[in-house]
Amino acid sequence: MIAIKLAFKNIIGAGYRTFLNIAVLSFAFVVIIWHNGVIDGWNMQARRDTINWEIGQGQIWHPNYDPLDFLSFQDAHGVLTAPLSDGVKSGKLTPILLTTASAFPQGRMQGVVLKGIDPDQTILKIPSDLLKTTDYDLPVLIGKRMASNLKVQEGDNILIRWRDKNGTFDATEATITGIFDCNVPTIDNGQFWLPLDRLRTMLDMPDEATFLISREATPPADIAPWVFKDLDFLLADLDMIIQSKKGGGAIMYGLLFIIALLAIFDTQVLSIFRRQKEIGTYIALGLTRWQVVGIFTVEGTVYSILAILLGAVYGIPLLWYTAKVGWAMPAGTDNMGLAIADKIYPVYGTGLIIFTILLVVIAATIVSFLPARKIAKLSPTDALKGKIQ
Amino acid sequence: MKSIIILFLSTFFLLGSNPPNADEILKKVEQNLSSDNRVFESEMVIHGKRSSRTIVSRSYSVGDKESFTEYLSPAREAGTKMLKLENQLWIYSPSTDRTIQISGHMLRQSVMGSDLSYEDMMEDRKLTDIYSAKLVGEETLDERKTYVIELTAKVEDVAYHTQKLWVDSERFVPLKEEMYAKSGQLLKRTTLSNVQKIEGRWFPMTLVYKDMLKQGDGTEFRMTSVKFNQNIPEYLFTKAALKQ
Repeated sequence: MIAIKLAFKNIIGAGYRTFLNIAVLSFAFVVIIWHNGVIDGWNMQARRDTINWEIGQGQIWHPNYDPLDFLSFQDAHGVLTAPLSDGVKSGKLTPILLTTASAFPQGRMQGVVLKGIDPDQTILKIPSDLLKTTDYDLPVLIGKRMASNLKVQEGDNILIRWRDKNGTFDATEATITGIFDCNVPTIDNGQFWLPLDRLRTMLDMPDEATFLISREATPPADIAPWVFKDLDFLLADLDMIIQSKKGGGAIMYGLLFIIALLAIFDTQVLSIFRRQKEIGTYIALGLTRWQVVGIFTVEGTVYSILAILLGAVYGIPLLWYTAKVGWAMPAGTDNMGLAIADKIYPVYGTGLIIFTILLVVIAATIVSFLPARKIAKLSPTDALKGKIQ
Repeated sequence: MKSIIILFLSTFFLLGSNPPNADEILKKVEQNLSSDNRVFESEMVIHGKRSSRTIVSRSYSVGDKESFTEYLSPAREAGTKMLKLENQLWIYSPSTDRTIQISGHMLRQSVMGSDLSYEDMMEDRKLTDIYSAKLVGEETLDERKTYVIELTAKVEDVAYHTQKLWVDSERFVPLKEEMYAKSGQLLKRTTLSNVQKIEGRWFPMTLVYKDMLKQGDGTEFRMTSVKFNQNIPEYLFTKAALKQ
């Protein structure tokens, strides 16, 4: 208790130097929480949107399906087995059939993927009901990025060319009956969504699918040779991106944190040098050397506590404000293939705040303890004379 | 008696002036264009949106099943070789010193950015084997009288469900070819011109391939030299020849 009292007294007595140390450390503290909050907010939003718009609670793939190999799409389709058909009928699964094709907007050729989806499905948030129209020969649904890329609007016609299962070319005009806006570019870029039955007819693949979206996290039994992919698998790429972003950000705030800790370390070294007589007096008054080391170490810890308090004073309103209004992403960020909203709303979890507090306190304590260890080797008489080695 | 003779003669002349049927026309076209072997040099001019580039090559072919092509220029493509044996295709790239087989869906890719796909080059089945031919009329094309033949696929694994051919009625050389989708949409057009008599057979020296769904001037294929029935060494049609 005496150590804490002395520590506060000494720190307050140090004036501007203390304020600077605390200010830098508190800034690092707030930045760490803010940065991790942004990444966590992005992670939660991206996972939520990807599940809602693209993958459901899991997918069941045709054994030949490899989403990264476009050339394999032609062989990745098959008739649904009985358990899968039952899953579709009960509304737990919705089938998707896909093939590669070419679109010809304004005489340009662009490779696209045609995806057939049941217009009545409710598992994904894709507004597939817009495909129910009978006003057009071939209604298609595209995302806002695709619409902007092709420079087309709702109601426009666009010529598409594809090959059926035998490799025979076919082509027709499709009409854009809807343009949806979502944060998941992997269901938008280069993709045309068509009514499933129409695509099956176009490809001459009745009752076939490439993969199925599951409403539940557990697949129906006996789906072999089809393969169930769970959320851990389907979100693995996203998790890796998030981890890499966290790592990149850690370098930035790590530097700031190191500067703050260096300032505390420097202050401690200076204190021990300038306060030799005080150290000698403590020892002469009966304090053991390790008790004196404790006083100096606690001083460093008190820096971190004051920094946390100062950080809380300006950080809480600031972080609350950013969580409320969000952080706008630069234009075009969502074209990089990442599920990212126009605005990211940071999420400051309890775990994050506790972790950051412990990180700051423990790190400040360690850097305070390191120079204070020297006191343990002091002879009290030398200290009183001011002859520290 | 006199009237019978007149009737017989008029029937004979009428029958004699009837055009041959579509299969016969196609057979004559095949007889005219196919040979035991041939060696030709050509320039492929690929017209892009902003500029054009010309690729010079020399090809050796035996029948319809075997062919070997070596690209001579530009420098970037020089040394690239292509070997087709039956339904297999290999390409050797000197920059990587690797030979790769083009198969499956890779065959649907464009040949060096042209309007031609590898698959277009690979098709070696006779038209009469995969299409039902029907003579649908006669037209004049570039001041040449032509038979118009419509081809409808009779097998499933063809790229184009329907084709239309304009065949010179005297020389039995196609002057125009159109390929259609199942829906009837025109997809590609090939025009053949500069027909010359080489070693007793009529042969089109210039071909222009045009993807009708794309803007642009298509791909021009100009033969600069054609020789039939040459002594082509057999080793040329082996994979080993690609690296030589």
